[in-house]
Amino acid sequence: MSGPVAREIEILLQEAFLPTRLDVINDSARHHGHSGDDGSGESHFTVVIESAAFVGKSRVDRQRMVNRALGDIPGNRVHALAIRAFAPNEAD
Amino acid sequence: MSDTNERLSKIVGDNDVVLFMKGTPLFPQCGFSSRAVAILDHCGVAYESVDVLQDMDIRQGIKAFSDWPTIPQLYVKGEFVGGSDIMMEMYQAGELQQLLDDAQVAKAS
Repeated sequence: MSGPVAREIEILLQEAFLPTRLDVINDSARHHGHSGDDGSGESHFTVVIESAAFVGKSRVDRQRMVNRALGDIPGNRVHALAIRAFAPNEAD
Repeated sequence: MSDTNERLSKIVGDNDVVLFMKGTPLFPQCGFSSRAVAILDHCGVAYESVDVLQDMDIRQGIKAFSDWPTIPQLYVKGEFVGGSDIMMEMYQAGELQQLLDDAQVAKAS
């Protein structure tokens, strides 16, 4: 059962990148009580995304693309967003 | 804000390796900053650390300066390298050590 922030992340990334793979994983429980745990249960996420949009892009470029697509979510509404962005046929 | 940008330019220009982090290398205040410190320590390089929790202008300014929304952030020779995920990926692939070797930065004393 995913929460509202997870669903918003999914929708924004679907629209921005037409991903061939998209996993939005809520890691918040693993960070319970750490700094950044705001009690919402949606403070820490990992995104695994595969899209043709990442072909030829550097790691920094890929993360910037994802962060930009997510607007004010990373670093503000969500404490931590780990991003693993792949181009198609890249090894995971 | 432009004052902050000037301060940030000076920090990353004056130091070969700079880690913007929450807390200090001895007392990191966030798991991601702690991981970034561990990676740099494993690489055996000397680095300057900036505790963004001590300065709200820096804390907000570095996000726009780097076009990167989260802390920690690593700079080498004035170039933005990435956050803790990228640092870990590069470290595991041997690319971070290579980058630091190529930049000929000072070893940790």
